[in-house]
Amino acid sequence: MKLLSRLRQLSARGVLGLNERNGDYIMRHNPRALYPLVDDKLRSKELALAAGMAVPALYGVVRTEHDAGELPQTLAERDSFVVKPAHGSGGDGIVVVSHRGHRRRDRFHLIDGKIMQLAELRYHVSNILSGQYSLGGNPDQALIEYCVQHDPVFQAISYLGIPDIRIIVFLGYPVMAMVRLPTRLSGGKANLHQGAVGAGIDIATGVTGVGVLANDMVDEHPDTGNMITGIQVPRWDEIMALAARCHDVVGLGFLGVDIVLDRERGPLILELNARPGLNIQIANRAGLGKRLREVEAWPDRGTDFAARVQRAQAAFAA
Amino acid sequence: MSLRPVLIIAALLGLIGLSLFSYKVIVLGFPLVPNETTDVWTVEARIAFEALPGSVKVSLQIPTLTPGYTVFKENFVSPSFGFTTLYTASGRTAQWAVRQAEGPQTLYYRAVVYRDRANLREDTTPTLPPVPVLDEPYNTAMQVLVDEVRAASADAATFTSELLRRLNDPSPDQNVALFLSQVTTPTELAQAASTLLAGNRIPSRLVRGIQLLEQQRNAAIVPWLEIHDGDRWLYFNPTSGEPGLPQEFLFWWRGSQPLVHVEGGRNTDVRLAVTKNVAEAMVVAEARAERARSRLVEFSLFSLPIQTQAVYSVLLLIPIGALVIVLARNVVGIQTFGTFMPVLIALAFRETRLFSGVVLFTLLVGLGLAIRFLLEKLRLLLVPRLATVLVSVVLLMLLVSVISAKLGVEVGLSVALFPMVILTMVIERMSIVWEERGAKEALQQGLGSLVVAAICYAVMGMDYLEHMVFVFPELLLLFLAATLLLGRYRGYRLSEFVRFRAFERAP
Repeated sequence: MKLLSRLRQLSARGVLGLNERNGDYIMRHNPRALYPLVDDKLRSKELALAAGMAVPALYGVVRTEHDAGELPQTLAERDSFVVKPAHGSGGDGIVVVSHRGHRRRDRFHLIDGKIMQLAELRYHVSNILSGQYSLGGNPDQALIEYCVQHDPVFQAISYLGIPDIRIIVFLGYPVMAMVRLPTRLSGGKANLHQGAVGAGIDIATGVTGVGVLANDMVDEHPDTGNMITGIQVPRWDEIMALAARCHDVVGLGFLGVDIVLDRERGPLILELNARPGLNIQIANRAGLGKRLREVEAWPDRGTDFAARVQRAQAAFAA
Repeated sequence: MSLRPVLIIAALLGLIGLSLFSYKVIVLGFPLVPNETTDVWTVEARIAFEALPGSVKVSLQIPTLTPGYTVFKENFVSPSFGFTTLYTASGRTAQWAVRQAEGPQTLYYRAVVYRDRANLREDTTPTLPPVPVLDEPYNTAMQVLVDEVRAASADAATFTSELLRRLNDPSPDQNVALFLSQVTTPTELAQAASTLLAGNRIPSRLVRGIQLLEQQRNAAIVPWLEIHDGDRWLYFNPTSGEPGLPQEFLFWWRGSQPLVHVEGGRNTDVRLAVTKNVAEAMVVAEARAERARSRLVEFSLFSLPIQTQAVYSVLLLIPIGALVIVLARNVVGIQTFGTFMPVLIALAFRETRLFSGVVLFTLLVGLGLAIRFLLEKLRLLLVPRLATVLVSVVLLMLLVSVISAKLGVEVGLSVALFPMVILTMVIERMSIVWEERGAKEALQQGLGSLVVAAICYAVMGMDYLEHMVFVFPELLLLFLAATLLLGRYRGYRLSEFVRFRAFERAP
């Protein structure tokens, strides 16, 4: 049977399925009480700041329709910024403004080339407030924050938007990483299910491997045609340390950490995810389940994140 | 986290469900197949007589203890007569009485009986009868006969067989012949046997009954002999000595008194008639359960008013749909809009039928999406926008109904059964997915929902399943157990074999 041989292949490689992720890892290691810390991006940002970790600067929070009316004042000083729902998921509802019209300041140029009028932006913000993008449709807040200027290393292999690095941190150990490269298809967004390319990163060295587009393997960027393999991500050890510390900050055992590399400010924590996706396994051509089971047998190193990173890098080198 | 508590709870639920189920099937005879019928017989006693001037009193023996059968509907037709039933030493009597009557009178007793294997037990253990004291030469003949038969037998049953064999011997010995000299009918033979059995202190009763045949206008009354072996009642054919009961034999009354006794009347004629017909198995099972004083049935769905029953016969299908959803999402991995939306759509499909249901659903969602995209331009707040879509959906449903009525397409009318709030939410969610993730994913999820709804419809539409959960709601405990077990399923979803197919080519 073909199914049976596939089943054998997948489990031999320790590929984690959704049922196992939900039942064995999220349910056991992520207490529900801690969810708000990561589901509310405002709170996770505050927590990270309090721990002295770098995050994109917060320009403002829109909490009410009245706040939304004051958008022009809030944004007066800003040429580029990001609007995102505090409780969004999967990148939905995020608007990235790269610059504004020189003469017409109420025209916002989005990163994917579209242009938004002030009124449209305000409408988008009020949709966020009424909960269109939030989990469960609850009323939400809109965050306005610094628009990351991506590091030149990714210039050749991303289309429009900002690439980010997703790291799965399990019990404080960074176990798997990939970089997510926006494409024309993803509209400049770095989410795999929106059409971005993911490329695996060697945990030990920070060098990229083969990428994945949808569910297929690719080795060059679909829009720019440049190779996405063999690229050294700069400041990799810093990125690893930052990811590992996130576990100490929010306390979730099974965590997806999204980090962006700003050309001036270096690695910044973009957001945290209590239900990280599983495509990272395809990008790395490695099963996550195998690594998670291995980590479960390791000792608890407390808050010594450097030791955790070292151990993980030694164990999971490509 | 150990799997054990889930296994234990699931096993318990399964056990409870299965035992209730088998009790209802085996003991109460609840039907396993929809519209199952069972044989019932309507038996009737018709008493005709000519009343003499003055008061009239009629006593009729009626069935009470009927091994193998249960009487469940009785009625008494007796114009102008006062009527009562009473229990007597030998059984049950119906009594009609009137102060003044004249001329020909007819009274009826009617009852419906059904086969009931559970009703084989008898309720009384009789005391040992005294040895009868007879006139000579009968007394000596009895003594000799009893001694002979006892010597040739081992227990009450073989004693009875041997005795009846001798009584029915074509060339009887002289003691037997003495007893048989006064016997002309099988009833009298049975009475003589009864006397001789008492000679050996075996309790016995003369029973009269009828054969439950297809159709009988004037059923023959057959005498039978019941003896008690100290443990239970045994039955013998008095004219052959064979043990057991004839096929389809209904005990009508016991004792030596006549079937009917009329005071103040003459030319009495009594006839027993039988008609076989069929009744719904469920009706009979309920009657049986009621007799057994089963709490189970008292608290069953059948105690609810008919309309409520109709509601529940649909509601009980929802757990089945829920199990289908669990399988579709966690084992197969199909994405749908709204967790249980497909179940509700499937319920609507029950009225519209599948094909037209799918067409109507697609039509409504398509039109709703078009309206939703137009609304996007108006920049409404979320809740007013949802309300606008809801109103539009209702108007669209109305439009579809009216147009299809004009065209004479009847199925368009049933569009009103679609859950409009659910449709509205589907439209909203679909439009968001459409905008954020692209048309492909939106259509994929929409199709997924429709496919799961169709599967739910197919499963929930099985008459057999509907019958089973309605008659045996305890089977839902099995569904619950299955759902619990699936809740601990940690294996791959079928869709993940496709999703992770890249691993196959990888080194």
